[in-house]
Amino acid sequence: MNDAGRLAAQRLTADEIARNFSDIHPPLDRKRALVEASRCYFCYDAPCTQACPTGIDIPGFIRKITTDNVKGAATTILGENIMGGACARVCPVEILCESACVRQTQESKPIQIGALQRYATDWLFDHKVQPFTRAAATGKRVAVVGAGPAGLACAHRLARHGHDVTIFEARPKAGGLNEYGIAAYKMTNDFAQTEAAFILGIGGIRIEFGKALGRDVRLADLRRDFDAMFLGLGLAGANALALEGEDMAGVMDAVAYIERLRQTADKSALEIGRRVVVIGGGNTAIDIAVQAKRLGAQDVTIVYRRGPQHMTATGYEQELAQTNGVAIKYWARPIRLVGQGGRVREVEFEYTQLDEQGRLMSTNDRFTLLADMAFKAIGQTFVAAPLEIGAAEPLELAGSRIAVNADRQTSLPNVWAGGDCVPGDDLTVSAVQDGKVAAEAINRALRSA
Amino acid sequence: MADLRTTFAGIKSPNPFWLASAPPTDKAYNVVRAFKAGWGGVVWKTLGEDGPPVVNTASRYGSLDVGGVRMAGFNNIELITDRPLQVNLDEIKQVKRDWPDRALVVSLMVPCEEESWKRILKRVEETHADGVELNFGCPHGMSERGMGAAVGQVPEYVEMVTRWCKQNTRMPVLVKLTPNVTNILGSARAAKRGGADGVSLINTINSIIGVDLDLMAPTPVVGGKGTHGGYCGPAVKPIALHMISEIGRDPECAGMPISGIGGIATWRDAAEFHALGAGTVQVCTAAMHYGFKIIDDMVDGLSNWLDAKGHARLDALVGRALPNVTDWQHLDLNYKIVARIDQEACIKCGLCHIACEDTSHQAITVSKTNGERRFEVVDKECVGCNLCMHACPVTGCISMIEVATGRKPLTWLEHPNNPLRQAAE
Repeated sequence: MNDAGRLAAQRLTADEIARNFSDIHPPLDRKRALVEASRCYFCYDAPCTQACPTGIDIPGFIRKITTDNVKGAATTILGENIMGGACARVCPVEILCESACVRQTQESKPIQIGALQRYATDWLFDHKVQPFTRAAATGKRVAVVGAGPAGLACAHRLARHGHDVTIFEARPKAGGLNEYGIAAYKMTNDFAQTEAAFILGIGGIRIEFGKALGRDVRLADLRRDFDAMFLGLGLAGANALALEGEDMAGVMDAVAYIERLRQTADKSALEIGRRVVVIGGGNTAIDIAVQAKRLGAQDVTIVYRRGPQHMTATGYEQELAQTNGVAIKYWARPIRLVGQGGRVREVEFEYTQLDEQGRLMSTNDRFTLLADMAFKAIGQTFVAAPLEIGAAEPLELAGSRIAVNADRQTSLPNVWAGGDCVPGDDLTVSAVQDGKVAAEAINRALRSA
Repeated sequence: MADLRTTFAGIKSPNPFWLASAPPTDKAYNVVRAFKAGWGGVVWKTLGEDGPPVVNTASRYGSLDVGGVRMAGFNNIELITDRPLQVNLDEIKQVKRDWPDRALVVSLMVPCEEESWKRILKRVEETHADGVELNFGCPHGMSERGMGAAVGQVPEYVEMVTRWCKQNTRMPVLVKLTPNVTNILGSARAAKRGGADGVSLINTINSIIGVDLDLMAPTPVVGGKGTHGGYCGPAVKPIALHMISEIGRDPECAGMPISGIGGIATWRDAAEFHALGAGTVQVCTAAMHYGFKIIDDMVDGLSNWLDAKGHARLDALVGRALPNVTDWQHLDLNYKIVARIDQEACIKCGLCHIACEDTSHQAITVSKTNGERRFEVVDKECVGCNLCMHACPVTGCISMIEVATGRKPLTWLEHPNNPLRQAAE
């Protein structure tokens, strides 16, 4: 281990890095998949399906696995969730389908639905099967802004219905957070690109990369030039700590660092601190902490202002951090960043507690953690400004995100929206559902027009 | 510990668990291993006439796998022993000498001529084996040559050959019956008339266990082709239980010892066979699946269960359920049960509901309270069929409870809907 210096690259060998960033859940082989699939009871009106935001017929696809109808299984999955491959890897199944599994009730050992979904979808990608075809061309054109899960799911469904789709994507690659945000060990072998290529493989979808809303294209122009449009903008902003010294070297935005990590082929070239402090309680906090550890950081501590039950990171994720040697300190919040020569050196925290009304209170009891790097992972925000540039009609917001109805239609009649930029769970699977629901509504609107 | 020693048709064994005539009993090596493991007896794999032995194929076995369970059903196209007669006889003699307390019965199949039977019986007697079992059951290969099931399916032949054997040996003669008949009593009664000391059943059932969809041939496939074979294993147990009970309660067969065969894998299976009248049981598929060590639990489990039931000897169990085996027309049509779902144990899978809703009597409703599903039985629609209980994956969650109707027992024989009913006396 290269432990010279507080901040260093190559803390681990290339082999160690490769091992640390390999698939965290190796796929099931056929034998294991058959054993696992045979545990499924094939429930009536299955609770797992009810718990899936995209409503995949889970007992249906599992039964197809038991009969070696793997193509059928994958088609059942992808028919409801075109990103079933990504979701098999990143869905918090422990709070969705697997938590609803009756085997969880019965024996605290649910069917490994995520792993089976991956088995089926991997098969389809490995065999380069394209199970969907386009309906006859309608001549209608739809603009989609953002090639993340919501945008891609919407585009795919629209293409299936025979519409032509143009996606405007600010970044150079498709996939959104699957490409830029998910922890590297959850999405290996460039899977986000494999999946995006599969989705585009249906035809009728064109992506214009490097086109950002508000900079290169405008909402009003797109509304004018296309028959309908869908906004899958994601969350472009990161919350700040609002502490002095936040702009010091070494105080970093976790999302930005993960993006670099995902786009760096030789991860050992990334500089990482010896002592790393992560502030936050969501999955991003877990992801940056575990990846920092796997890059070779010696001491990684997550500090969260409330208790484990309040963390948005699931119990499984918290445990993952802990088994990776990350310490989680609950009930403390940062109050001061201490630097030396323009670099962060320490973070001072104070312990917190709840008052009788359940409000978070200071205790004035403080402690300090040494930190070569301090990652901010306290949430992301929707940035509405690009929508307003050159807009004649304002787009209504709900709270701080785009307001939509059940069809994911915005206050503008020919504009739909989905994914993290609308209210609801910030999950890949929810984004896919938004895109799907919006596409169906757009299709209905275009066909009745 | 309950006493498991048995005397069956005059043959003694330390426990009722014998290995059936089959590949596990083809030679001394296997049989000695079985005896070391604790098996009470064996029926040596079927010997044929002296001369060039039969030839077997590769492959020989096919499996019916159900829901991840391997060999729930099993079949084979193997013939009788393919080793020279004298080799087998020498080994039988040596094994019997070395293991005098174990039952050693020799299975035989020779052409349907008295001289053939006479010749082989004489040579088997010289081994001091405890008895012979006439293989009238093998449904494949040998039957095409006029042996095995070809004899077993014709009661007159069964009787005739049994009589020949009884007249030509002092050894106890067991007759192994084929289930490939419409009524097992035909051959069972024939065996009795021929003087059999006991019957063994069931032999394997004629079957094609599966089709290889790539080769387009029945399994097991031999060089691109397949043939029908003998079906056995856990899946055949119900058929065997029925047939032995038919013999057990037949007045003509009364008192004839029965060695039960057919899918016995555990002491529980064995106990069921004993309860329907089997004096000993024979095992093959389970041993071929797991090896001889399964005998540990069979002996231990049966003994412990007999203790728990207060029986000092196995004999107390034999035939105990037979008085309760009856014909449908004697069942009480006024007996009423309904399903009860233990809501605490219920895991809300809904299988009871959908089974009843789609395929039965629409007697289980589904409702939602506080976001949780709840399944409940509608008593007035429930006919007490048991389907939901069987479909439920949680043992004990659904039970069938008796409902007092206040009506007197009523059978079909007396039922007003029966046009042929007997007037009440």
